Amino acid sequence: MADTAQVVEHTARTLRDHLPVLQVLVPFVTAPLIVLLGSRRLAWPLAFIASAVALVISFIMLMEVREGGMLTYTMGGWAPPLGIEYRVDAANAFVLLLISLIGTVVLPFAYASFRDEIKSRDHTLMYACWMLCFTGLLGMVATGDAFNVFVFLEISSLSTYVLVAMGADRDRRALTAAYDYLIMGTIGATFFVIGLGMLYMATGTLNMADMADRIADQGMNRTVRSGFAFIMVGMGLKVAMFPLHLWLPKAYTFAPSAVTVFLSATATKAALYVMMRFTFSVYNPDFAFATNTLEIIFIPLAVIAMFSASFVAVFQTNFKRMLAYSSIAQVGYMLLGVALLTDTGLTAAILHMFNHGLTKGLLFMGVGAYVLRANGSFYTQIAGLGRKMPITTGAVVIGGLSLIGVPGTAGFISKWILVEAALERAPEHAMFLAIAVAIVLSSLLAVVYVWRAFEVLYLSEPDPNSTATEAPLMMLIPMWILAGGCIWFGFSTELLHDTAVQAANGLLQGSQGMLVIPDQGGAH
Amino acid sequence: MSKLLDLQFLAGHAHYLLFIVLMMTGLFIVVDKTNLVKKIVGLNIFQVSVFMFYVSIGKVKGGTAPIFPMDDKYHVDTAAMAGQVYSNPLPHVLILTAIVVGIATTSLGLALIVRIRESFDTIDEEDILAIEQDMTREDNKKHGNAMGGLA
Amino acid sequence: MIYHHLILRVVTKVLVGTIVLFALYVQFHGDFSPGGGFQAGVIMAVAFIIYGIVFGLRNVKRVFPEWLVHKLLALGVLIYAGTGIYSMFMGYDFLDYDALSPAYPTIGQHWGLLIIEFGVGVTVTGVMVAIYYAFAGRPPSISNEDW
Repeated sequence: MADTAQVVEHTARTLRDHLPVLQVLVPFVTAPLIVLLGSRRLAWPLAFIASAVALVISFIMLMEVREGGMLTYTMGGWAPPLGIEYRVDAANAFVLLLISLIGTVVLPFAYASFRDEIKSRDHTLMYACWMLCFTGLLGMVATGDAFNVFVFLEISSLSTYVLVAMGADRDRRALTAAYDYLIMGTIGATFFVIGLGMLYMATGTLNMADMADRIADQGMNRTVRSGFAFIMVGMGLKVAMFPLHLWLPKAYTFAPSAVTVFLSATATKAALYVMMRFTFSVYNPDFAFATNTLEIIFIPLAVIAMFSASFVAVFQTNFKRMLAYSSIAQVGYMLLGVALLTDTGLTAAILHMFNHGLTKGLLFMGVGAYVLRANGSFYTQIAGLGRKMPITTGAVVIGGLSLIGVPGTAGFISKWILVEAALERAPEHAMFLAIAVAIVLSSLLAVVYVWRAFEVLYLSEPDPNSTATEAPLMMLIPMWILAGGCIWFGFSTELLHDTAVQAANGLLQGSQGMLVIPDQGGAH
Repeated sequence: MSKLLDLQFLAGHAHYLLFIVLMMTGLFIVVDKTNLVKKIVGLNIFQVSVFMFYVSIGKVKGGTAPIFPMDDKYHVDTAAMAGQVYSNPLPHVLILTAIVVGIATTSLGLALIVRIRESFDTIDEEDILAIEQDMTREDNKKHGNAMGGLA
Repeated sequence: MIYHHLILRVVTKVLVGTIVLFALYVQFHGDFSPGGGFQAGVIMAVAFIIYGIVFGLRNVKRVFPEWLVHKLLALGVLIYAGTGIYSMFMGYDFLDYDALSPAYPTIGQHWGLLIIEFGVGVTVTGVMVAIYYAFAGRPPSISNEDW
């Protein structure tokens, strides 16, 4: 620590090097900026620009890592494992793209929807909260540091609770929904921290790659194993894994429409990504206990979720609530893909994450449009709207078909690969054959609940007093972008499928270990 | 380990046992109490147990506070540092973050309770549940006859 | 009301200044001794909160109006992020404090820590006071006689 000038070699970073951090930083800076400017007129444009920039960044990153390889970034120049490392490979980049795509597409919709549903004096803070939630989800996915995941998880969760509670302007039950979500979400996050603490005790590091190396070196012990249990339960709460899903239907039903769109398409997906990352990269899936956990616990739970949640969805009278239950069932498909523990299964899970994000985003947007025009989403309120709002309902139909998994839509591709993955393992055990059948059967349940909605929308007599007209353009454009996505990705499968395969391979290879990073003169 | 009760083992792991006792206390309060404020209190106890767990794993036997000793010119005193053992500061730093998160959660939870109190006139979960069931029943009456389902 | 709690009011007036001074001490010595933005921010907020409790919400809001609190808590985060963005523009990694003084990285680290801790302190003060305002400013739903 001498006072003389130290000669330090330093190569200047370029914009390209900064991409992983800019992905998180841009929305993060926007949130306080919106509060500081405090202008209702500037809040939305700022938020939209930040989301669009994040979308561009995530697209560039995906293109860079699509062929394999990864981008790393050291925070503050402190070399990992001591410093915080951001590490983006195909799996991250794919989820980042989903989150930023949905974030960008939903914002125009949110503008129209918030104007109707939220008191105008809350709009500025709403957008700040929205940006924080966006930041948290992106950060959770981009970071390679285990504790950083917790921090971003809490950033996104806390802002989510606020966003959900804002639905109280329409229905006071949003408050209790947000409260329940807060209690359960906090318990989940705290379980996750306990798991991390145990991992830290056993390995003495927080960097995920380093953690993986050390767990591989020292093998299993009880601490590491119980850490796994805590992390799975904690993340399971956030993912809405079947018995831990109780917060979801209420929170999705009573949150403002645009918030529901955003959450359903991104929040559970980001948590699921973290779950996958811990299962496959930090813990080696070859460990017998991990395999057993996934096969003995996850597969039955996933199958139960697929059936029971779909079954409950059939009997709903509220379109929004029906879709919320359907989300739990769809999470079951994704978990099933993860639990199959094969390349194909994981590919299916990752693809379904993306496709379901598009589909559910689209459907909930439809709900938002109905809430705006018909002032509610009960089947009696939306009856016959197919004739009064043909363009909106057209998009909803495409979403519904994709939700069922009709050939030619995105939903078909991922379900097909999931069935394929189950059949691949059928020679091992007859159980997998049954699972493949279960996937098809539960899709039939999806036909029932989606058909009910179509029937109400097109075949029921519209309310004679209803003044519903076509939704505004601000809502139609985002809806049709996602509807176009649902169809486009149903036919042109190369881009998504190749990336998902790459992501699955990257995850299944486990950790690529600590990279030797040339000394940048930053760490003293 | 053949002994039925290994006292030495228990004494050596006392902090873990205390952590588990606190954690279970907190979780029990969250599950058992119907008063929303008490639930938040339980959640706090639950979180504090985790803080204790982290802080306790940072302890190094014989270690002191991890602060550089200074000489009289405010430079790091390398002579005083030699042979000194320090506690691990990293878990403490992590917990600083977790405490901040805990404060945010608590205040958000309490803010929600204030709003719930204003719109439901009660902070008892069972009363709120009853009110919500009434609301659902009304929804059913109004909208439930669409194909005989339940809202 | 004015004549009530004379002792509390006198003690508070003496204490508030001391608390602010102590907060600043903890804030700016945080880089080499225990302390830092979180602690200093909370102590600073305590000064305002204790003033608010004893002299009433209206008086403390004259000193530290609610809009200012909201701006400050956003500003603190921007100070923090701004330091990182500055280092990015200088060609270093995000939050690499070497960028603040490339020739003397040790001094750069020192300055960087002071600046970001200042940002943290400002935000924590803002958040704590904002929480107090939010709860204390709520009109009570039960009138005082009903308790």
